[in-house]
Amino acid sequence: MTLKQTALDQIHIDLGAVMTDFAGWNMPLRYGSETQEHLLVRTDCGLFDLSHMGEIWVEGEDAARFLDFALVGELSKVAIGRARYTMICNESGNVIDDLVVYRIEVNVFMVVANASNVQIVFSELSARNQGFACTVKDLSESTALIAVQGPSAVKVVSQVFPKTNFSELKNYGWCLSNQDELHVILARTGYTGEDGFEIFLDLKDAVGLWQKLIDFGAKPAGLACRDTLRLEAGMPLYGHELDLQTNPIEAGLGRVIAFGKSIDFIGKSALAQIAESSTKRNLVGITLETRRIARAGFNLINKDGEIVGQITSGAFSPTLNKSIAMAYLDRNFDAQLDTLSVDIRGTNELATLVPLPFYQRKK
Amino acid sequence: MSIPANLHYTADHEWMDTTTGVATVGITLFAADALGDVVYVKLPDLGSVVSAGMVCGELESTKSLSDLFAPASGEIVEINQAAIDDPALINKDPYGLGWLFKVSVTGTDKLLSASEYEAKIS
Repeated sequence: MTLKQTALDQIHIDLGAVMTDFAGWNMPLRYGSETQEHLLVRTDCGLFDLSHMGEIWVEGEDAARFLDFALVGELSKVAIGRARYTMICNESGNVIDDLVVYRIEVNVFMVVANASNVQIVFSELSARNQGFACTVKDLSESTALIAVQGPSAVKVVSQVFPKTNFSELKNYGWCLSNQDELHVILARTGYTGEDGFEIFLDLKDAVGLWQKLIDFGAKPAGLACRDTLRLEAGMPLYGHELDLQTNPIEAGLGRVIAFGKSIDFIGKSALAQIAESSTKRNLVGITLETRRIARAGFNLINKDGEIVGQITSGAFSPTLNKSIAMAYLDRNFDAQLDTLSVDIRGTNELATLVPLPFYQRKK
Repeated sequence: MSIPANLHYTADHEWMDTTTGVATVGITLFAADALGDVVYVKLPDLGSVVSAGMVCGELESTKSLSDLFAPASGEIVEINQAAIDDPALINKDPYGLGWLFKVSVTGTDKLLSASEYEAKIS
């Protein structure tokens, strides 16, 4: 199968990136050392091509009411110029995808979906769009997305868009920005645990913007470090912490469900039941004594040698300089009386439960 | 990519500096680049005896896990604790500070010259 290419494909190749197939897209995994790219985002400013992400637009006079019905959050309460993290669940309350929804106008929303789920989210939204006066359009293939992340992101981006008032552009806010012929949606969102921006723009403008951001000091960063950055920040990745066997409550994200909204939404009754009882397992953070990586699917073991959970994501954390992981742990595991280890290819490696996130930036 | 002319190579991307006496062993720059940043290295125990071609350790990076093969048979007489404590040395200096272990050589499988190894990876 031929991989899809982003508008920046040739730039990545010219930079000597190690490329990888990510959800059918040819994407840069790393340009040099992924550890250096990770630390660069924590200390300075990294530049990511995220054009593989999906942008689905919902427009029409019922757009807000439709999204209140189709998603677990209350999108009708999101102000124009703001964005919200939310999810689309099925009737069983399990997660089809996690999303960021931007309110563009009163009756216009942009729903950003994970690359691996664009088709299913688009199909699901289209199927749920019965009796609402709105349209659902997938504009993913004509939209480029460039993220600028790190403590120097404001300094870099403000030089490209000098007319934008950055003191009014708060976390999870967005604005339309323009400079010369360039028009973008400039959002203060991200997936690294740092301050930064996600910039949505037309495909034809992607190369020019990328080059400008490089000229002002941003440095390319690949998907390998994006994964370790989000893991340190305790953020879920669909296919790992979230999937069709997982509900938002056991993932520690029950706060995204708006039970009080006026419309009955898909998954409500199942989720209400889960919220009233207790979950069988919960997402936890662990650190390991060893430098070995506890990879997705490895078992958590108690002191009696019984399996008490599974790793969802693991990495060697460049910021903490230790092996970290997220995992689902059985609710009955008693951290006071028991000891936890991870079965890494036949060896039980001692693990310690720690609160999430592993890393939080100083504000 | 520089491939030191004085070293001997295996098809599994290890190098060794001599085929007689005590040989120093490491992985090639090509292998280190392909792995990405190494975060964990497991080496054979000091005093253990390895045989050429057998798995004698592992190298783990962000995205992958690779077996380490012994390029020669013999007793392990020294291991590089610095590389265990800071595996980044293997990426930074695979032919120098990032060496892995020393083996008292009793035999080898077929080894490649620098030019043969270069032809293999290009």
